[in-house]
Amino acid sequence: MAKKFSQEHEWVEYEDGVATVGITDYAQQSLGDIVYVELPEVGKKLTKDGDAAVVESVKAASDVYAPLDGVVVEANEELDDNPALVNEAPESDGWFFRMELSDESQLDELMDEAAYKDFVEGL
Amino acid sequence: MADHQTELLKTALYDLHVELGAKMVPFAGYDMPVQYPLGVKGEHLHTRAKAGLFDVSHMGQVRLNGEHRVAELEKLVPGDIAILKPGRTRYSAFTNDDGTILDDLMITNAGDSLFLVINAACKDDDIVHMRANLDNGVELIEIDDRALMALQGPDAARVLARFAPSVADMKFMSFAEIDIAGIACFVTRSGYTGEDGYEISVPNERAEELARKLLAEEEVEAIGLGARDSLRLEAGLCLYGNDIDTTTTPVEGDLNWIINKRRREEGGFKGSDIILDQLANGADRKRVGIKPEGKAPAREHTPVLNSDGEEIGEITSGGFGPTVDGPIAMGYVAIEFAAPGTKVDLMVRGKARPAEIVELPFAPHRYYRG
Repeated sequence: MAKKFSQEHEWVEYEDGVATVGITDYAQQSLGDIVYVELPEVGKKLTKDGDAAVVESVKAASDVYAPLDGVVVEANEELDDNPALVNEAPESDGWFFRMELSDESQLDELMDEAAYKDFVEGL
Repeated sequence: MADHQTELLKTALYDLHVELGAKMVPFAGYDMPVQYPLGVKGEHLHTRAKAGLFDVSHMGQVRLNGEHRVAELEKLVPGDIAILKPGRTRYSAFTNDDGTILDDLMITNAGDSLFLVINAACKDDDIVHMRANLDNGVELIEIDDRALMALQGPDAARVLARFAPSVADMKFMSFAEIDIAGIACFVTRSGYTGEDGYEISVPNERAEELARKLLAEEEVEAIGLGARDSLRLEAGLCLYGNDIDTTTTPVEGDLNWIINKRRREEGGFKGSDIILDQLANGADRKRVGIKPEGKAPAREHTPVLNSDGEEIGEITSGGFGPTVDGPIAMGYVAIEFAAPGTKVDLMVRGKARPAEIVELPFAPHRYYRG
């Protein structure tokens, strides 16, 4: 399935019942050099628009929100050793976590790529 | 309809910042570059490796004239200003009657006058404070027709000497009026990064010309406020408003060294009874370096706990040090926990994370002492 996007600059890719979540290229650019990512633990229950992760640049810490309801099934441990991966490959290798969704229909509330592009241009 | 938003002030280098692609942010009433396309981390590392050019024109520049300028200023600061020879600069602080700190500043004996550099966010209050307290014919002149830039890093001297050979011989914390590339500048060999370097006061109308000349040198990159903050934190230097303010005394702030010998004996500066009592008997808390274990940075206002989980202090500046390549912080802890090597916990997002009290600075100072 094609990527979907939230207004908080997270992306979601849904495949085989699991959603992979990360932050968008726009988000990593505004944050600057990322030096630390705090990921949710496997098994953690996430609520749409609730806190899911924290991303820290040299200057500041920013919250990353869950774009959907669900349970974390995997976190990207690669980011522990190499948080700069979020800057280098935000929408592929720099993914944050994977979750099983409680309600697939919530995907419909997210933007597609074209709509997200318009949204960002309007900021 | 009335517009109640205050217009941000622009420095003489504003157009240049925009042209260089800087991300501009409001800071102390000015529209300032927080970073350029190189990014905070790249700018930080570049300054430590070669040379960085900073616009610090938002800071206040003040001249004090009058026969009694030294004795009058000494009423407001704990430093020995009388001992400063012409061409020498000293770091000091304005204290108040409570013994706490109104601002930190640089004081230079410029020969026929004193030249002060004060913080942007405090400059209006500082000037009111000085006008109210400097008597005996002291005249205060706000220098608002000059920009201020800092050239910092191991290559700073080499680069600046290409335009003005005599700067190479200046020692750390010395001052001279020097023509740089034909522009009349006030040059201090000082800075706030822990590196060798200069602060250069230059007429507004020639500031951009000088900045372009320096940036054209291959060693020099433009550096924003973001890297200025991480550089000064690694150097263990206080940021006024975070690490020192009107709730902290110089003794609590671990700035005993700014209270010079004669002033310890004579007192006679604002709050000197309180400050000298703390010097003799100790303060209840102290500013210290704090090194978080692991990789998670701990930011300002993070509570510091002892091993029993009791709160013993707070982080006042915290973040990531690109040269250290890890999280670094400073803050205040109760005096019995202030010794380097003491283990503490930092409460970050509801989780206690181990850290250790350490000596400052995190990155060694590399000043030029001749």
